[in-house]
Amino acid sequence: MGVVLGTFSIQPKQVNYRRDKVDDELEMTMVCHRPEGLDQLEAQTNFTKQELQVLYRGFKNECPSGVVNEETFKHIYAQFFPHGDASTYAHYLFRAFDTTNNGSIKFEEFVMGLSTLLRGTVREKLEWTFHLYDINRDGFISKEEMTEIVRAIYDMMGKYTYPALKGDVPKQHVDAFFQKMDKNKDGVVTLEEFILACQEDEMMMRSMQLFENVM
Amino acid sequence: MAAGVATWLPFARAAAVGWLPLAKKTMPKPPVDKKSRNDEILIVNVSGLRFQTWKNTLDRYPDTLLGSSEKEFFYNEDTQEYFFDRDPEMFRHILNFYRTGKLHYPRQECIQAFDEELAFYGIVPDIIGDCCMEEYRDRKKENQERLSEDTEAEMATDTPLPPNSTPRERLWRAFENPHTSTMALVFYYVTGFFIAVSVIANVVETVPCRPIKGSVKDLPCGEKYSVAFFCLDTACVLIFTFEYLMRLFAAPNRCKFMRSVMSVIDVVAIMPYYIGLVMPENEDVSGAFVTLRVFRVFRIFKFSRHSQGLRILGYTLKSCASELGFLLFSLTMAIIIFATVMFYAEKGTKGTNFTSIPAAFWYTIVTMTTLGYGDMVPNTIAGKIFGSICSLSGVLVIALPVPVIVSNFSRIYHQNQRADKMRAQQKVRLARIRLAKKGTTNAFLRYKEEGGLQDHDSDSAALCLKNRSSFEHQHHHLLHCLEKTTNHEFTDELTYSEMCMTESVGYRTSRSTSLSSQQAVSSSCCPRRAKRRAIRLANSTVSVSRGSVQELDTLQVQKSSIGPQSRSSLNARTEDLKLNCEQRDYTAAIISIPTPPANTPDESLPPSPAVPGILRNSRTTSYTQEAVKISSL
Repeated sequence: MGVVLGTFSIQPKQVNYRRDKVDDELEMTMVCHRPEGLDQLEAQTNFTKQELQVLYRGFKNECPSGVVNEETFKHIYAQFFPHGDASTYAHYLFRAFDTTNNGSIKFEEFVMGLSTLLRGTVREKLEWTFHLYDINRDGFISKEEMTEIVRAIYDMMGKYTYPALKGDVPKQHVDAFFQKMDKNKDGVVTLEEFILACQEDEMMMRSMQLFENVM
Repeated sequence: MAAGVATWLPFARAAAVGWLPLAKKTMPKPPVDKKSRNDEILIVNVSGLRFQTWKNTLDRYPDTLLGSSEKEFFYNEDTQEYFFDRDPEMFRHILNFYRTGKLHYPRQECIQAFDEELAFYGIVPDIIGDCCMEEYRDRKKENQERLSEDTEAEMATDTPLPPNSTPRERLWRAFENPHTSTMALVFYYVTGFFIAVSVIANVVETVPCRPIKGSVKDLPCGEKYSVAFFCLDTACVLIFTFEYLMRLFAAPNRCKFMRSVMSVIDVVAIMPYYIGLVMPENEDVSGAFVTLRVFRVFRIFKFSRHSQGLRILGYTLKSCASELGFLLFSLTMAIIIFATVMFYAEKGTKGTNFTSIPAAFWYTIVTMTTLGYGDMVPNTIAGKIFGSICSLSGVLVIALPVPVIVSNFSRIYHQNQRADKMRAQQKVRLARIRLAKKGTTNAFLRYKEEGGLQDHDSDSAALCLKNRSSFEHQHHHLLHCLEKTTNHEFTDELTYSEMCMTESVGYRTSRSTSLSSQQAVSSSCCPRRAKRRAIRLANSTVSVSRGSVQELDTLQVQKSSIGPQSRSSLNARTEDLKLNCEQRDYTAAIISIPTPPANTPDESLPPSPAVPGILRNSRTTSYTQEAVKISSL
């Protein structure tokens, strides 16, 4: 009879027990961050009070905890580029905004970045762009770093483009870029070379002004 | 566009500054937002209950009623508010959706009323948050089932056939849905009747009738009235054969039909008769023939075509096969164990029934299932002790798995139903999401086609472009900037595959046709696609000129000189199309980069009036001028 009962222990079907993860999640501390006062932010950035209000309302609505983490950031950015894969570029963008390098963007960092991009001087914008390209923050843009960025941008285009992306188009793009930017041909682009080369490029200077009235 | 992304659009556009140093072309001009930037509070009056919200909140979902210009239809000038004559309680949930991005389903509301409100406000129910999705679906399913039962009861006829169906299709339909025509119904009942008659005849055949005169023994009726029964059997089999052949003829997929369970049952039901006809009246074979007559009982399974319940029972048995198998397995083990024990316990007794272990199986089964016929009983004390243990454990062994199996039945049955439905729904949901995604990608492509990328003055802008929300304008501008940065354009899958296919037809011919078509831009009577391709070729290859044969020659020479080089570099690839694309890009790269100043006056051409064809024409003439410059360098 014991053997008979023993046969019951042999289950023919695997039963999966779902561990209750809800309790674990509740134990996580609720991260909540409040930004500095409106006046301080107005002083630090080039936005008016109304603009800061609008920005904060939008930001707080999307991220009630007051910070954006990388996943959310990637998800949001990917919505704008449904054709291709925006996650790599979003990663670099996230790092560019996250000036304190703690893996999350607070409202202050967000607003500072926007202030530089939209209301900053040309030099500030170029410096921001340089920091975006300089992945390892060593003060130089190497060909590898540039290739990474350009590849990330081309990833956003997706597969169906005209003309079709054949051959190593990102690499050609990077070669062209280096030819333009690298004045002393030492294989890396420094901040000064970058700014100088960009200021010589009238096309780019004109385009920069286009983004001023985004807000 | 999905939830709340509109608030992040300014951020994404600002980040586009990062593309500027890399851009191969100048960025297009951004759309001018004429509306005032300041955010205002809107008043929405729903049947007297006033709601106030920021305009930005409503603008988050531009494809709903409140987020689009559709709400202007409800604007009341006198009171300066938007008035909706709808349920104010429901509106609270709708507005919360705009605020939080999550749509919740209020449990106390009627599902249909909720659905109607969602439809009115242009909100798709798929975005109901996960917290409320289950409840919503369950209620909706319940409601739909109830409604469909009502409609089925009302409905007399099914959906009408397509008008030009062959008689074969009509026949098949008549077999599958007997309610469609009277003939089918008649046939359905006739076959049902004959199945019943045949089964009853089989049963009555074996009942003993009064013996014929002169004999003592009781005869079964089958033998007394053998002719009558034979005629009845023949009639039934004829009907069944006819029915089977008709079904076989009408079936859309004959092989599949022949493999189906019902057709196997049909065949097995009528086979014995034919075998009986064919076989000679031989003593040896007739024994086997008698066995075959047993198969006539399978005719009763033909009733499952007429009964939904039988079909469901069959299906559930099939789906619970593993549970039943386990029950059988454990029972077999127990039977073997106890039979062995009983056999050895009763071995010593004289004249015992327990002649062998297999003989003891019968006793064990009868005891364990608590039947206890009493045809086999143990005599020895040990036998009686083990016999009682057997019957006690029998109760346990049988009684315990049975509720488990019964609950498994119902769980598996319902689960199967729900799993299949959820899988189907998931597929539909994913397809819809993909469609929406494609919709956004297609929106940009359509925007380009309609000439949205050209710089328009406010007067000449097409009305359709005007009606696009500022969000869409800005988003399309962002995508356009990306195109300019990489010097490639977005296309859809269709155009991409067409392009790849048509270009593979010998690159030389395609080049010559494309060049010739570029020469005659205005007079092209080619379909729009080819024209667009020609125009795109003009756009992408900065260097190719029109109008001047001289330039063409020089450039052709240039191209052909590059030709062999690039071909050798791509000897792994055999397709011509890749050559063409690679080549073009290469030439564009070579020629465009050393002469950026030459390009810029090009790009900043004053915009021409709205007609795209003329615009491109003027652009091409400007390219001619540029090309002249290049060849003279």
